[in-house]
Amino acid sequence: MNQVRIAINGQALDVPAGISVAAAIARLQWPFRRSPRGQARAAFCGMGVCFECRVRIDGIAQQRACMVPVREGMQVMTDE
Amino acid sequence: MSEHYDIVIVGAGPAGMAAAEAALARGARVAWLDAQATAGGQVWRKDAKYGWPHRAEHMLAHLLNHPNAMWMPQTQVIAAEPNALLLQNERQALSITYSALILATGARELLLPFPGWTLPGVTGAGGLQALAKQGWPLGGRRVVIAGSGPLLLAAAATAKRHGAHVLGIYEQASKAAVHGFARKLWRWPGKALQAAALRCQLAGIAYRYGSIVARAVGSDALQLIEVEGPHGIERIECEQLAVGYGLVPNVELAQMLGCAMKQEAAHPYVSVDDSQRTSIANVYAAGELCGIGGRDCAWLEGRIAGLAATGAGIEAPLLWQRRHVRNFAAALREHFKLDPGIHALADPDTLICRCEDVPLQALQGFDDARSAKLATRCGMGACQGRICGTALAELGRFPRSGQRPPLFPARLSTLGDVPSPSDTEGLF
Repeated sequence: MNQVRIAINGQALDVPAGISVAAAIARLQWPFRRSPRGQARAAFCGMGVCFECRVRIDGIAQQRACMVPVREGMQVMTDE
Repeated sequence: MSEHYDIVIVGAGPAGMAAAEAALARGARVAWLDAQATAGGQVWRKDAKYGWPHRAEHMLAHLLNHPNAMWMPQTQVIAAEPNALLLQNERQALSITYSALILATGARELLLPFPGWTLPGVTGAGGLQALAKQGWPLGGRRVVIAGSGPLLLAAAATAKRHGAHVLGIYEQASKAAVHGFARKLWRWPGKALQAAALRCQLAGIAYRYGSIVARAVGSDALQLIEVEGPHGIERIECEQLAVGYGLVPNVELAQMLGCAMKQEAAHPYVSVDDSQRTSIANVYAAGELCGIGGRDCAWLEGRIAGLAATGAGIEAPLLWQRRHVRNFAAALREHFKLDPGIHALADPDTLICRCEDVPLQALQGFDDARSAKLATRCGMGACQGRICGTALAELGRFPRSGQRPPLFPARLSTLGDVPSPSDTEGLF
């Protein structure tokens, strides 16, 4: 399977092409974001409904990581 | 300037695909769109490792290459008005007009609150299946599947295929109820075969009846769950818990268009006639949003809608086939009816609104969604009440409030195209 290189919070990561940003973040076992009270959260519904997995992708905030496939050179920032 | 199409189809699952196929065969110019990056919907979601199921792949090859079909991936409807939709994709906002609109927006999972349900590692059952197909790492991870319905078997099979160590499947329905359902399956031989194939793939994995996940425990991630079953409480260490209590129709766009609704228990679905017409002229609906009926039902209804929207007659066999599969769905509902104990799992401090961190106790004393929202922010977050509003309706607290534009959180540049919304509550 082809690999693409992305960066999550500045850390380079080689992942299979075609996976979602959510699946890439899960490889590092980081929370995706913090709730208003500071709880760690991660992908929950897996299909773009719950918005728990939203992260910043290439400078654009509030993207649902479960709906965006990885692209070569992508910069992902979780809400940590 | 808006692009015009004969038929616009919202949703690219089985219903949307069947509608597109039927409309294209009649010579229509079709735009079909989906919020996801690939077509197939949830049931035929493309697996990053294994691709599409064969039937879907074959059909999609035809649809994606058709000269009269405009496929619009990663595209969401933000607002709707008679004969026009405002859309947003990754790059831009765009407006399209149509002669007929077919809604095939499918369903989402019924996700219900219990202590610990916000921990990383807890997902929906269909949710884990979707994530596994996206490449979510499951190799060697201990996974428990729970909730209700045949979807649990499919989720377990997908998790196993992706290398998960599936510790068990915990079905809330009683043994008598599930066996009663199995005894009726002969009437739907295709379903019986499907069930048998799944049980084969899952040989060696425990399947427990009358069991409910009451609590998930962990600090910053899931470590342990407590399952209440016929023989008491079982504590299970695991890294992933996938729990889903069935499906709920996605009716928000239909509601915004003003389509008449019906009610199945706590949840609305779109009312349609024999030709899949809604109460609004030139707007059709097909599949799960017309009441949960499953993949085969969605396919048949999509085909009927595609034919009707292009002025073709509907063959009688299509109509009785649809009745037959709708009867299957009714049997499912009857036998996998939720145990009332599931409605009482949340503690006073369990968060109901996951976006705004609103606990159950903050909602005491409210009997409608709007006043609860204004006082507590419940339902005001990014999911726009899709999770908490649906859960509160299921729990018998109060029905979800109506949908206002935008249908999904939208960029300001997109909202500049919304024609003077009368009420901007919920815009952000």
